[in-house]
Amino acid sequence: MGKAIKLRRGYDINLVGKAGYVLTSLPVSDVIAVKPADFKLVVPKLLVEVGQEVLAGQPVFYDKSNQAIKVASPVSGEVAEVVRGEKRRILEIRIIPDRAGLRYVSYPQVDPVGLSREAIVERLLEGGCWNYIRQRPYTLIATPEDTPKGIFISCFDTAPLAPDIEYILDQEKENFQAGLDALHKLAPGRLHVSLRGGADSRINEADLADIPSENIHYFQGPHPAGNVGVQIHHLSPIRKDEVVWYVQPQDVVIMGRLFREGRYRAERIVALTGSCVKEPQYYRVLTGQKLGTLLDGRLAEGKLRIVQGNILTGVTSSSEDFLSHYCNQLTVVPEGDEPEFLGWLLPGVNKLSLSRTYFSWLFPKRSYQLDTNMHGEERAFVMTGQYDQVLPMDIMPVVLLKAILARDIERMEQLGIYEVAEEDFALCEFVCTSKIEVQRIISEGLEYVRTEG
Amino acid sequence: MLVDTAKPHFHKGGRFEKFHPAFDALETFLFVPGHTTHNGVHIRDAMDLKRAMFTVIVALTPTLFFGMWNVGYQHYQAYGMQVSFVDNFLFGAQRVLPIVIVSYAVGLGVEFIFAILRGHQVSEGYLVTGMLIPLILPVTIPLWMVGLAAIFCTVLGKEIFGGTGMNFMNPALLARAFLFFAFPSYMTGDVWVDLTPEPGHTLVDAYSGATSLVAFDTNWEAMPSAWRQFWGFEAGSIGETSTFACLLGALLLIGTGVGSWKIIVACCLGALGMGLLMNGLAPADVTTHAMHTPAYYHLLMGGFAFGAVYMATDPVSAAQTERGKWIYGILIGVFTVVLRVFNPAYPEGVMLAILLMNVFAPLIDHVVVEQHIKNRAKRA
Repeated sequence: MGKAIKLRRGYDINLVGKAGYVLTSLPVSDVIAVKPADFKLVVPKLLVEVGQEVLAGQPVFYDKSNQAIKVASPVSGEVAEVVRGEKRRILEIRIIPDRAGLRYVSYPQVDPVGLSREAIVERLLEGGCWNYIRQRPYTLIATPEDTPKGIFISCFDTAPLAPDIEYILDQEKENFQAGLDALHKLAPGRLHVSLRGGADSRINEADLADIPSENIHYFQGPHPAGNVGVQIHHLSPIRKDEVVWYVQPQDVVIMGRLFREGRYRAERIVALTGSCVKEPQYYRVLTGQKLGTLLDGRLAEGKLRIVQGNILTGVTSSSEDFLSHYCNQLTVVPEGDEPEFLGWLLPGVNKLSLSRTYFSWLFPKRSYQLDTNMHGEERAFVMTGQYDQVLPMDIMPVVLLKAILARDIERMEQLGIYEVAEEDFALCEFVCTSKIEVQRIISEGLEYVRTEG
Repeated sequence: MLVDTAKPHFHKGGRFEKFHPAFDALETFLFVPGHTTHNGVHIRDAMDLKRAMFTVIVALTPTLFFGMWNVGYQHYQAYGMQVSFVDNFLFGAQRVLPIVIVSYAVGLGVEFIFAILRGHQVSEGYLVTGMLIPLILPVTIPLWMVGLAAIFCTVLGKEIFGGTGMNFMNPALLARAFLFFAFPSYMTGDVWVDLTPEPGHTLVDAYSGATSLVAFDTNWEAMPSAWRQFWGFEAGSIGETSTFACLLGALLLIGTGVGSWKIIVACCLGALGMGLLMNGLAPADVTTHAMHTPAYYHLLMGGFAFGAVYMATDPVSAAQTERGKWIYGILIGVFTVVLRVFNPAYPEGVMLAILLMNVFAPLIDHVVVEQHIKNRAKRA
């Protein structure tokens, strides 16, 4: 085991509702949906029409700005409906799955080690798996023509209640390995894998046989140490005009299946977590699965917030919604829309705060049942040094945010805008006394340099 | 609920729509609103600005209560009377509470007027400022001057810059500096002890009415002992005399993470270092010269501790970068000692040192940020 990179800054938010190590496979829901909104900046152009029969793995739309990038149906069945929103924007492509079992578009089963780079790119694009490769800066789907500075995979997630990725990978080690082999071909010698340092892990260097040990990195520390962006920052910081790619480990497995099994099998393991889940555990479901099949009967009563993803960066959802393309986790917490009498004055033994202004700091080991209350109103920047405590990067968060608010591109570049992503600043937003929407500002800054820079 | 029934009148289209900021301030004071997150993170840290400001006020209470007691103690001392602890405290409370009330009433009044005129929310900043102002004034201050200071500090110290978070100088210190230069006769000389006549008693001979800082300029050895200065049994502004009380506040501010320990420690290091340097350079033949003052005296004398703990740490007017905080704090300590020793006209050097560094804080931050950018460029 190599030397771990130790990150001191950050914070692990300890919440109630961590998924237990139980895995249940759920049957396919009676309708599934592909959601173009899961893909940032992709302008969908439909390849199917209502009533048409599709196979699992058959592309249902492509990206207008890069026609090679396609999104495939996770099931075989009949296209039932195209749900459109404002300005006829496509929200969902609903498909009724075959009851008799899924039929796949099939490809020859090959070992990616024996394929050329071009053949691998071709297979990933055709098989609807290219969209799992994303790039930084900007968190977009990678452009196949680019030569990335490196491809990065973080094999652990430090977010609140995050799924144990090693547990997930342990289910399909061979497919994970095959996916890694394919990625290795895309960037020979530049595929980097990060593991959690200082702990026993289910994934070890033997499982990553083909990756040279200098490209296997260990990170230690609280959230956001598991964020791939934070790791890239420490391994190979992104400069202007550079591009790196990253893939989520579970998506590597799906890519691996495309080669080893010769089909696009879009099953994912999702952790159902949060204080409002009766029995938090793992479920094996299909991408696009109706969330009701996961949630119904498994949640507590009351007003709930259902989030696809973790509680810091996830998207608000409902049981009518469908499982998003990159989703590994569902979090359900209580809504906190009740005013609290003199709440700011009380001792607050049950209130989590990184500051020790509430007496909860006396109980450092406790898990919290937090709701969605803002705990205050938005104010101007007043407190200083708070963000720095939770951002383990060589970046001055408030200075960068102010440069973004001033729309000063040169300054943003000097301060490292290309190295950041919204999720890396989620904890800054969480701790902010002035309740500033830090992730939104970062997102605006990234969009501004992307379009104007 | 009364608040709920009144609410519609203050919303858009309601009868008192204009007064919505005032209503909102009252409502959010009573209730942490049921607002939920809708963008970005779904859960939030429990601390808000109200809690932060409330913590500072709690941290200020040791100095307030000690100040009340000391006002009575100094008063009865001047008349050579021995009275009980409670009598000392009650006398002080009678003198100090009106000042506190006027400071809050006038300052919050101005804040509300600005909030209503400009349609923004009432920020919590004044909760602290309103308490700081009385604590750095002499007890004999006329109440109208307290009001004037509160108006000056809110309008010129904060609102013209855009309100809490936008000002670049500490509003409370600005108010004190304003009074100091506008009404010097009320702010210097024989103003530190309340000399309301006590029937049947006359001032004792030993009474000088001077603060230790005045004694310090002519003969540092004539100052009260370091121990008395540490506890704060001396004349001075209401809340500033007791280093011990400030230390309690500092522990709370640092413990809760509301105040920057870096700034407090840096101020002390700066003052100690400069004090030692002065000792080294002091004229050997004049042993009473201020430069001979032991360095640690500077931490105990006058308002240094109060300034370092409560004023220098104001996050809005201090340096905002972590490295900048060290520079900022050290320079405050250095300038305090320099001003005290070399400028007898302004014995209370800490006030001016902090205001001066408030002005320079953006420059310090600028240098730190530029250095950060240079380091980043080198790394690549």
